Amino acid sequence: MSATLSLAAKRGFDTETWLQRLIVAAGVLFLLLALLVPLLTMLVKSLQNGAGEYIGLSNFIAYFSNPALTESILNSLNIAVWTTLIVVSTAFVFAYALTRSGMVGKKGFRLLTMLPLFAPSLLPALSMIYLFGNQGILKDWLPVDSIYGPVGIVMGLSFWAFPHALMILITAFSNSDARLYEAAKSMKTPSWRVFLTVTLPSVRYGLINTIFVIFTLTITDFGVAKVIGGQYNVLATDIYKQVVGQQNFQMGAVVSVILLLPALVSFIVERRVQRHQSSQLSARAVPLQPNKAPLRDALLTLFCTLVCGFLLLVVGMAIYASFITFWPYNMALSFNNYRFDMMDGGGWASYFNSLQMSAWAAVIGTAVVFLVAYMSEKIKPMPTARKLLQLLAMLPMAVPGIVLGLAYIFFFNQPNNPLNLMYGTMAILVLNTLVHFYTVCHLTAVTSLKQIDNEFEAVSASLKVPFYTTLRRVTLPLALPSVLDISVYLFVNAMTTVSAVVFLYSAETTLASVAVLHMDEAGDTAPAAAMAVLLMLTSLAAKTLHWLISHQILQRTQRWRQR
Amino acid sequence: MTLNLKKTLLAAAVALTTTGAQAATELTVYTALEADQLKSYAKAFESANPDIKIRWVRDSTGIITARLLAEKDNPQADAILGVAATSLLVLKNQQMLQPYTPKGVDALSGQFVDKDEVPSWVGMDAWVASICFNRIEAKKHDLPMPTNWKDLTKPVYQGHVVMPNPNSSGTGYLDVASWLQTFGEEQGWAFMDDLHQNIDRYTHSGSKPCKMAASGETPIGISFAYRGAKLINQGAPIDLAFPSEGLGWDMEAAAIVKGTDKMAAAGKLMDWAVSRDANRLYNDNYAVVAMPGVAKPVPNYPADIAERMIDNDFEWAAVNRARILKEWQQRYDGKSEAKN
Repeated sequence: MSATLSLAAKRGFDTETWLQRLIVAAGVLFLLLALLVPLLTMLVKSLQNGAGEYIGLSNFIAYFSNPALTESILNSLNIAVWTTLIVVSTAFVFAYALTRSGMVGKKGFRLLTMLPLFAPSLLPALSMIYLFGNQGILKDWLPVDSIYGPVGIVMGLSFWAFPHALMILITAFSNSDARLYEAAKSMKTPSWRVFLTVTLPSVRYGLINTIFVIFTLTITDFGVAKVIGGQYNVLATDIYKQVVGQQNFQMGAVVSVILLLPALVSFIVERRVQRHQSSQLSARAVPLQPNKAPLRDALLTLFCTLVCGFLLLVVGMAIYASFITFWPYNMALSFNNYRFDMMDGGGWASYFNSLQMSAWAAVIGTAVVFLVAYMSEKIKPMPTARKLLQLLAMLPMAVPGIVLGLAYIFFFNQPNNPLNLMYGTMAILVLNTLVHFYTVCHLTAVTSLKQIDNEFEAVSASLKVPFYTTLRRVTLPLALPSVLDISVYLFVNAMTTVSAVVFLYSAETTLASVAVLHMDEAGDTAPAAAMAVLLMLTSLAAKTLHWLISHQILQRTQRWRQR
Repeated sequence: MTLNLKKTLLAAAVALTTTGAQAATELTVYTALEADQLKSYAKAFESANPDIKIRWVRDSTGIITARLLAEKDNPQADAILGVAATSLLVLKNQQMLQPYTPKGVDALSGQFVDKDEVPSWVGMDAWVASICFNRIEAKKHDLPMPTNWKDLTKPVYQGHVVMPNPNSSGTGYLDVASWLQTFGEEQGWAFMDDLHQNIDRYTHSGSKPCKMAASGETPIGISFAYRGAKLINQGAPIDLAFPSEGLGWDMEAAAIVKGTDKMAAAGKLMDWAVSRDANRLYNDNYAVVAMPGVAKPVPNYPADIAERMIDNDFEWAAVNRARILKEWQQRYDGKSEAKN
């Protein structure tokens, strides 16, 4: 009798383990098929000719013997170095002001700096045309001849990359140890020395991390360079030109491989840095309370006002220009530019496609991300597979969107691939977007899961409660805030991304962000700005909704956090 | 929970892949027509043929051509409507077009129809190169109105001219092809070398230079007359200049893609494309259409444009297309010195 009971219990446990194994395997398979295999396919394509025959490094030799193409490498580096320099130094001062000064209005400043996160990267570029173009309202302020070129790209990218740099640096500055400053004070160390010997070393890993993140973001950018680059070619726009303009997929693959290199290097550096950072702050550290210093605070306030003023100027200009009937000769306000059905890019249908795509990405994506993160963190079987899962989940961060998009063409458009069915559908857009933004979502989920004690799983297991019940009844409710964070992050990015999906949409699945690009290509700058503004407002609305919901839920489910 | 989730995911995936189920015959038509023309053409055709629905795939001439060529072994399009005749000739030479005699094709003027007994393509209308000249910006920079192409190479215009990239734009290609025909190969390239010194930017599309001129981003845009007339009607402060050496032009044409399994529907589209109703629609946008006697003057479009058009050798422009584009790309593409 008891023997049968324990046997039954054992079998029950076994099915559960098998289910866990199945999900882990499915997760690994998912990331392999949706990420690694497409990338490898692309690598193979770069070694083939148009007919699919293996030709070794001939494509690469052809690439490097064409000076018009190789010039783009230097151009991309130039853009990335300048943007990184500007963005990181600005964000450094800004983060310092927000964390270490007695400046007032910090919350307001912080909120304003988030603005660029909700705009497609094309928006600042379009805005630059109205600010500094030949008919721009601030044209006379421009120190160079033309905004179309490196100056425009750097300015547009600086707007767009700024919040990313700020986020990392704020975190770095927050890990402070007041005891060091007290010691310095008691030794009467001059403040510049304190800055060099205490402040700077404490944020050095965050700083290195920021530099690499911004460098990667800007060297791989496609949208800004496409709109405002003029004749200044960069690697990402070269891929687009080769693939879309000349249907030369092999050369597109070659440029993609080249573009993958800096991203991979910075990915490896970042992982190294991450390891150091965690051990930096000792448990006995005392958080620094920012003190008031009137002159310094006034200067910092001025600085932050200028930066936020620039961000608002860029956003405001795009909004204003989108309502102008015929810039610059008929400045009457109208909704004419919002009549998208008269323009390239798929009209209003593309906006609704974008909404649909983003909603799917948010719903399906959050479920997949959370399940995979749960499996990699909270269960015991298949340790090797789970390690692999964690590694694969980190990889998307190193893959530029335009490269991922091209890799998808190669992989999914093969007639003998059963997944070929997805090609040209909404599903491939959702999948591509999910994979493109996977890493940040995964990290968010993992961080929140790590905060939840593993005892829950252990106790449940000993009580013979199946893991999915624990997941549903305990883990998921506890991790709800981060689940919501993930879903809104996916939604906003799906709304605004251009680079990855630009190769994958079909006539039925045109997307609003791509429509912005096409309207600009056709010379309809104002309608392009209008659509970009619409995307930004939609993303902001989603974020507001998210804030309201999570506020409600936090009050109901997160009461345990407050004592 | 997980099982339910999986089921939901599966259902979602199925739902996603099956959206866009069709009732009527869906005809995939590749086009380079302007976006603002697509709606009225589709509406007119579909109301005459309610059992057929057009699915447009639109891009610039060069890109649509490149795409059709790339898909040669596995064609995705059923038909082509409103793509440059030069491009269709390239496709014809690659055996990619299905010859078909549209009902009523005899009513078109001869030069708008493929010369073969069963034509592989039929023309719709002609679009003609012209210069969009912003008088306000020109005054600011003290620029005289150019009267011939060679004027544009004068130093006074340095950095003030924008033209379409012939690799992506059909308008760009008809410019280049017409210069090479008018001036001869050697002189033509020499002219473009000089012009390149004055070019501010090569754009992706053929309308963009004129739109840039209309909004004052550049004083001079090399574009086509229809876009210019349309922008003048919208109130843009531009004039159209028609260089005295003659204007390059191309036909918008229609054809059936070989291998389509919707031959009947594609044939209907061809029948419609040569009809009087269709030609009337073309006339909303173009002054020169395939059917004689239909054309009424388009506002702000020069009445005598037919006399200014060069004697275009389409066969030459088609046969040499790949060579010319390659040469052009090697000479001018991605050279940032043109920016100054």
